[in-house]
Amino acid sequence: MSLNRNVPLATGLRYRGRGNQLAFVLHRIGGLGMAIFITMHLLASFFGGDVGRSLNHVYENWLFQIFIFFCILFHAINGLRITIMDLWPKLLEHQNEAIWLEWAVFIPIFGIAAFVILRSAMGG
Amino acid sequence: MANAKSRTLPLTKRGLNFEMFMWLFTRLSALAMYGLILLAVIGALIMGARNQMSFADILRWGFMPNANHVQDTNVPDLAPWENPFWKVTGSLLLLVAVAHGVHGCVVIADDYIVSERGRNIVRIISIVFMLSMMGIGLYILWTS
Repeated sequence: MSLNRNVPLATGLRYRGRGNQLAFVLHRIGGLGMAIFITMHLLASFFGGDVGRSLNHVYENWLFQIFIFFCILFHAINGLRITIMDLWPKLLEHQNEAIWLEWAVFIPIFGIAAFVILRSAMGG
Repeated sequence: MANAKSRTLPLTKRGLNFEMFMWLFTRLSALAMYGLILLAVIGALIMGARNQMSFADILRWGFMPNANHVQDTNVPDLAPWENPFWKVTGSLLLLVAVAHGVHGCVVIADDYIVSERGRNIVRIISIVFMLSMMGIGLYILWTS
């Protein structure tokens, strides 16, 4: 535990790291979002009852579904990029291209999914 | 910038402590989750999901192969979906995902909690939380 980063959150947010920084922030948001969702989901199924049912209503909401699908998909695709680049470090020379490739994979998949979720939310 | 050479030690020369082990575990568990989700999706297609389930239902099953996740679909018989094979697959996915997720939360907490005492408290809480989530998840998977 000798590593002492000690950088306040506000300074971290002012850091302009462009695409990589954005991916880093979204990866954290996605990971935390999934952790909170899975914890709630497990507790709701375990305890059941009225609280469980009202939690189920929260994540059947289309807004929540779009948010959680964003978390899962971005975390999965960005995580795959990190895994590939970390296990084959020579690829780090192409990290900017990897970010663009990542968005090129993410945007169409997420767009189609968001369209399907919205269409069924509107009853179509 | 695009031509900057990476100066990274190869994996075999980096030594192994707990942080390094968890760094590697995070990557390998991500690959394992990809494999397990793919296995569940392929299994669903073999069991007839193509005509009986929507794409969203297949993904719901894929992220956690638990028979509760398909009971509202047009699947005629839940028996193949309750097979012990899927319970084992789901248990593996649960254990790997909870360990991966809790370690991720510890990494985030370490960025903002820098005192030795604070980090120890975070570690104790995270271990208790991880074990209770694993227990609750396994209970749900094997009794529902």
